[in-house]
Amino acid sequence: MKSVKKSDVKIAVLRIEGTNCEQESLDAFKRLGANPEFVHLKQLLHLDCTKNEKRDIFNYQCIMIPGGFSAGDYIRAGAIFAARIKSKLGKDLEEFVKQEYPVLGVCNGFQVLTELGLLPGIKEIMTSVPDACLYINDSNRYECRPTFLKHENNIKCIFTRKIPKDDILLIPSAHAEGKLLFTLDKQEEYLKKLEENDQIVFRYINKNGEYTGYPWNPNGSISNLAGICNYIGNVFGMMPHPERSFYRHQHPNWVQNGLDNNIGDGIAIFESALDYICKRF
Amino acid sequence: MFEAKVTIGLKKGISDPEGTNTLKALKLLGFDNVVEAKTTRTIDLLIDSKNESDVKKSVEQMCQRLLTNPVVHTYEIKVVKK
Repeated sequence: MKSVKKSDVKIAVLRIEGTNCEQESLDAFKRLGANPEFVHLKQLLHLDCTKNEKRDIFNYQCIMIPGGFSAGDYIRAGAIFAARIKSKLGKDLEEFVKQEYPVLGVCNGFQVLTELGLLPGIKEIMTSVPDACLYINDSNRYECRPTFLKHENNIKCIFTRKIPKDDILLIPSAHAEGKLLFTLDKQEEYLKKLEENDQIVFRYINKNGEYTGYPWNPNGSISNLAGICNYIGNVFGMMPHPERSFYRHQHPNWVQNGLDNNIGDGIAIFESALDYICKRF
Repeated sequence: MFEAKVTIGLKKGISDPEGTNTLKALKLLGFDNVVEAKTTRTIDLLIDSKNESDVKKSVEQMCQRLLTNPVVHTYEIKVVKK
């Protein structure tokens, strides 16, 4: 069986104007011994860049779309980033996903994946128009605080395979548009399919592990959904920021609970992806 | 040349937190007679074309591919010759 060394795993942390979580995202992969690099979308689109700056999506084994406010959240959060990707790179990205390379979207990255039609990805790899929306929070406010997440995926999502099912994680959320919605008359149908396909990854819960509303569910997301993957399990989007809880000392409760080798709750997401890539490619 | 006015609204049943907050603030300012506040967004496009039906078709495509998300939005297109 072929396998790739962790230090050879190349990850593209994509950016355009307005992305702002790329440094922590890159650091997360780097600290684990992988080989991530910042890639401006223009480098993949081969626009306004030198020969040396040009990149190909298939140079990488993983694409990460980090959080931020890409293109100023104009039109809708993530819509412009998605449109630019689709303009020239849509087919390649579809092929990338088809070949089962992992794609991660955090916060604004999740919004981009939704606008691209890569998520929820129930039947098709990429839909021509969005099949879901990350809509304005019910509170109409930017919600920024640690959130409790329950890991509900069995085995499908390659980004959470190192996290035991039913584990509770504390990962910070920071967004104004995180309410996951499907077409109103199809909400139940979509939820059922997501359950059946093992595509539900994280749900917001309260400190006692119960599904409750605001403020524990910061945005009013349907069925408390915080993170979902596509039907293959290699495209994963979540609103909370795992790259911001890489170390235990980034958790608000580390004084009470101890540093525990300084391993934060978010680290397992990056580790799971690297583990998958090393074994699979 | 044509001017296309795209008005983007929300589908029935989709909450409008901005509208709700606007209503609340208007009431606080003493405008008690306001019953409802709905928000829409308008995008004006100037399009170089000779044919009105081509313009309509193309703006329809723009709505589907970028300007709206069909999960939550409705849209209305008005085209005027300039």
